[in-house]
Amino acid sequence: MFIAQAGTVTHSFSIATFIRKENGMIRVQNLSKKFGDLTAVDDISFEVKKGEIFAFLGPNGAGKTTTIKMLTTLLHPTSGTVELDGLDPTVARDEVRKRFGVVFQDPSLDQDLTAWENMEIHGVLYGVARKERHERAANLLKLFELWDRKDALVKTFSGGMRRRLEIARGLLHTPRVLFLDEPTLGLDPQSRNQMWTHVKSLNETDQVTVFLTTHYMDEADRVAQRIAIIDHGRIVAIGSSRELKEQTGTESLEDAFLKLTGTTIRDESASSADAMRQVARMWRR
Amino acid sequence: MTVIYILWLREVKKYLRSRTQIIASMGSPIMYLGILGFGLGPVFQRAGQGSYLQFMAPGVIGMTVLFTSIFSGIALLWDRQFGFLKETLVAPVSRLSIMLGRTLGGATVAIIQGLLIFIVCLIAGFRPTSATAIPIAILFMMLIAIVFAALGTVIGSSLKDMQGFQLVMNFLVMPIFFLSGALYPLTNLPKVLALLTRLDPLTYGVDGVRSVLIGVTHFGPTVDLAVLIGVAILLLTVGAWRFSKIEI
Repeated sequence: MFIAQAGTVTHSFSIATFIRKENGMIRVQNLSKKFGDLTAVDDISFEVKKGEIFAFLGPNGAGKTTTIKMLTTLLHPTSGTVELDGLDPTVARDEVRKRFGVVFQDPSLDQDLTAWENMEIHGVLYGVARKERHERAANLLKLFELWDRKDALVKTFSGGMRRRLEIARGLLHTPRVLFLDEPTLGLDPQSRNQMWTHVKSLNETDQVTVFLTTHYMDEADRVAQRIAIIDHGRIVAIGSSRELKEQTGTESLEDAFLKLTGTTIRDESASSADAMRQVARMWRR
Repeated sequence: MTVIYILWLREVKKYLRSRTQIIASMGSPIMYLGILGFGLGPVFQRAGQGSYLQFMAPGVIGMTVLFTSIFSGIALLWDRQFGFLKETLVAPVSRLSIMLGRTLGGATVAIIQGLLIFIVCLIAGFRPTSATAIPIAILFMMLIAIVFAALGTVIGSSLKDMQGFQLVMNFLVMPIFFLSGALYPLTNLPKVLALLTRLDPLTYGVDGVRSVLIGVTHFGPTVDLAVLIGVAILLLTVGAWRFSKIEI
């Protein structure tokens, strides 16, 4: 009797872990990152399911970008664990890198090369075989409506086109997860709208898991299936847009957000990157 | 290997595409050659040192290679925040191959630029003593290019923002040029200056180019070659180490 019971327990436990492995694309446990005295990310845990669109919503300096950097192998966590498709980025770094595509907050295209050349270099860096590389590049450029401009230099592209190209490029090596760090910053409503339409359709057809950060409520509300609200490096709430509204007893996601994070304005201390961003903005005009 | 190749190709392609940059970067060498070369020529001649143009042409070639290669490395700083570097840093490839591809690409561009100035020197009236020496001169140019592209990588990986750029320019790049003996002979210098010139890797580069092109040398081409190879290995190692430490 006793033995049989123990057997059942073990059995159900292994099924549970199996299901968890199947569904969890990103798993984060007690993740923290400290820069000297500053705790940028403070003991966060969450899980992103396979095929899900998951949004990280938070005010400036909440720790969104730091979290993305840890998930994408660019920063080492101070403590806690990250798992992406069952792999630890600090151990199987290159394997993890092959599994995700990323669009950073700041542009990372080569403006003096053409759209096609940008795709081509990406494919070589990720070791995609030539034939597959060319086929996928052509398909993605067509999908993101950039095909007729494929031989134009990127510096002649508009902000929206550049973003689309970055996303297309990030998808070239068939990643399972796509990270988007404030991808619509500085885009006009038309471009934003078009971009999200593309991302959503890709998510539906190819089952690409999408992890995005933004501080536009309407975007998170519209695209994401689940939202985590992060503030001062901690996750203060997590759930679908409706759940968050119910939880806070508010009408809109924006109200829910303000209720959870307060109304004080965050002054992010300026870093050297911010100083450079300012110069870059001046040059772009 | 394909990674190093494609990143090298990218640098070269970008260079060949930017006509304005090619022309703009020829400005200062031509100015040195035309104004200093012809302006100081008579004094140099009277001091019994022969033709100043003959003397300084290798120096101006060395200078061109220095500036082009070191800037390609420093451009890293900008590239890290607003450019393509991030894309390569997050790719499943080693940092060493990224660093090598970039540095060798920058060095190649600097050699092409140096060759262009070499042609300008020929047009201005510079005459190498023998045509067969030219390939060895190019070898020296390659070494100068690698040394300073690697130094640029060290600087570009270490600086935090563009503020530091002016500092590097005034307290490193310009001294490297002025101390290299590109503009004056290294004989009978005051002690301190003599010592400083010996610490400058470009000194050996310019001396090497000068020895093969016009047969005038201070240290002898073998010493020049040995020093340059040694410094190149050292700086590539430091560059690779600094580059591996970049956090974005």
